[in-house]
Amino acid sequence: MTIAENVSTAPVPPAPGVNPSADAIISIRNLRKWYQVGGGFLGFGQKIFLKAVDDVSFDIERNKTFGLVGESGCGKTTTLKLLLGLEKPTSGTIYYEGEDVSTLSKAGKTEFRRSVQAVFQDPWSSLNPRMRVRAIVGEPLEIATTMTKGQIATRVGDLLSETGLNPYQANLYPHEFSGGQRQRIGIARALALNPKVIALDEPVSALDVSIRAQIMNLLVDLQEEHGLAYLLVAHNLATVRYMCHDMAVMYLGVVQESGETEAIFNNPMHIYTNALVSAALPSHPDIQREEFLLPGEVVSPIDPPPGDVFMTRTPLEVDPNHKWANERPPLVEKEPGHWVVETPWSMASDAGLQVELTSHEGV
Amino acid sequence: MAESTDATVEEKDEDSSVGVVVDTDGFGDTATSDEVVLEVKNLQTHFTTRWGTVKAVDGVNYHVNRGETLGIVGESGSGKSVTALSLMRLVPTPPGKIVDGEVHLGGRNLLALSEREMTGVRGGEISIILQDPMQALNPVFDISNQVGEAIKIHQKLKGAALWDKVVDSLRKVRIPAPETRAKDYPHQLSGGMRQRVVGAIGISSAPAVIIADEPTTSLDVTIQAAYLRLLRQIQQEEGVGIIFITHDFGIVAKMCDRVAVMYAGRIVEVSDVRTIFNNPLHEYTKALISSVPKLEEKSGRLPQIEGQPPLLYNLPPGDAFAPRSTLEFTPEDAARRPPLVEVEKDHWVQLSRSSVSNYDKYANLMPAEDDE
Repeated sequence: MTIAENVSTAPVPPAPGVNPSADAIISIRNLRKWYQVGGGFLGFGQKIFLKAVDDVSFDIERNKTFGLVGESGCGKTTTLKLLLGLEKPTSGTIYYEGEDVSTLSKAGKTEFRRSVQAVFQDPWSSLNPRMRVRAIVGEPLEIATTMTKGQIATRVGDLLSETGLNPYQANLYPHEFSGGQRQRIGIARALALNPKVIALDEPVSALDVSIRAQIMNLLVDLQEEHGLAYLLVAHNLATVRYMCHDMAVMYLGVVQESGETEAIFNNPMHIYTNALVSAALPSHPDIQREEFLLPGEVVSPIDPPPGDVFMTRTPLEVDPNHKWANERPPLVEKEPGHWVVETPWSMASDAGLQVELTSHEGV
Repeated sequence: MAESTDATVEEKDEDSSVGVVVDTDGFGDTATSDEVVLEVKNLQTHFTTRWGTVKAVDGVNYHVNRGETLGIVGESGSGKSVTALSLMRLVPTPPGKIVDGEVHLGGRNLLALSEREMTGVRGGEISIILQDPMQALNPVFDISNQVGEAIKIHQKLKGAALWDKVVDSLRKVRIPAPETRAKDYPHQLSGGMRQRVVGAIGISSAPAVIIADEPTTSLDVTIQAAYLRLLRQIQQEEGVGIIFITHDFGIVAKMCDRVAVMYAGRIVEVSDVRTIFNNPLHEYTKALISSVPKLEEKSGRLPQIEGQPPLLYNLPPGDAFAPRSTLEFTPEDAARRPPLVEVEKDHWVQLSRSSVSNYDKYANLMPAEDDE
């Protein structure tokens, strides 16, 4: 159950006052981030917006991982930044444990910021080269707690051993570590304040293949031990299938399909989801998947079509007078817990393009 | 098969209402032949650093057949990229130096050529497609200029003939409206288009061998799929041998005919792609393949390779993989530098008790120690 039944995820029109689901630690409702890129001089003229995130709703459940996938520019990283408070939403609500984050008291906001931490993609640029590991991992403790220096040192040592590093390495600088070890430092820092949610922005894509499994397994173990919820942004579908319980596929700032990860991989319904799955690399040379490419290229998120954003990429015919060519279509719950944007031109079953993933037998 | 896939792509470019291109044939097998176009013998490239000599490439042997894709797989620091740069003689000297070895291409040893002769070969008979298309293209020259440069040097064309050849190269990599695109600058193109331009430069002089150094790592999955398909088509049309350097076994599964797995500057296993996936013998190959999550099914907990890649200036004297191996062995087993042995036909593996689990089966193939 990804999105609670009692909650309407219909993104259009924005439904005010919908309650977030009870299982969710984070509920995102009708979240928008529009950047004005032109027009509107002195309040005159047509304003032009880059709609990076346009009406996105989903729930991150306790102790589970929610994956966001899509091509670059689909808005998945912006969504993550909005959750972390690094960007201010244009409209929409983020609920943390059922409470609207924007209306929290000062103490409540501090608590929220402590509880939601992040691990970034590139462990080479996300750690300050002039700080010792001790300072990097201890910084959040210094700022947000009243712990003494001695207590912080002990806690840093514990965090390092928990993430598979040696406590004596606390005195080293980031450049003295390999990529995988640096990512462990980033994870230790994220864990410092005992968060409940960690946003993971492509946490393994910059790492060597032999190290990726180590980091993914570490994240899975930490999730179990601490009851963490993760928001994972990734473009590698195999990583998403391994790590995530629930997922959403985004295109041009809009969620096209969402639900339980296994439900989506076993029965991808949207043409776009199928295109992504068919383009993903096989795990064995004998797996010959039918592969298809969508016509055209990803269009600019500046001034996207008023209706279904996917209509310029579909191989099926689009009736320009159809309701969904002029109005944003909602996510429809086609199967329990499996939501998809349904239009006459968006369903893979109508186009005969459903990808069936079969694994390689033997070995 | 070459014609049919070719036609569908052409259709897509000219008439987008046709829509989706479905590749029912998959990639299939290419018409590889046994004609060797490139042969590398005992290549050794060392770097002098303040920590000591780094043997980035330490005695590597392989060959590439016409129309074949050889995948070179390994993690960063395994020497896979330095191998490629050595073939092009682009290793920065100092600190790097090709200490020993031979690279045979078109009846000549590239390592014995003068720098002037090598300039004629580089970008002509052998060319390279680099990883980052933004860095590989010069932002202040237009596309025709950059694609034309190699053609001007190697084919001595100019004026209208040069222009035609440039447009033709762009058309070969399926860039729509090549006449207009040729006048564009790199920033006007999308990432996928830029990577195609880099590809066009690579193929413009009809090379015998193309080295592709992780050309798709910075691309989205859908663009990556299109680009890989394109490379394969060009290969089928031109019969060019491709050396594909990657750390992604998905790309290997999709693109490669044969695979060489590198670890710490040496090849630990070489075979055809199916043997590598179905019957890997070296522990490192096994671990690499099994530690990747599968798209096709929900994977259980991934087996992980413990430890870190070795520091090349401080390699263990014998079997470099021994410190990360989970097999049972004595220090004596790992002390000898393991020789690359042909255990089955065309299946070579670095044989040692510390890295090969059914070592005993092949122990009789081990050359005597004093042979080396």
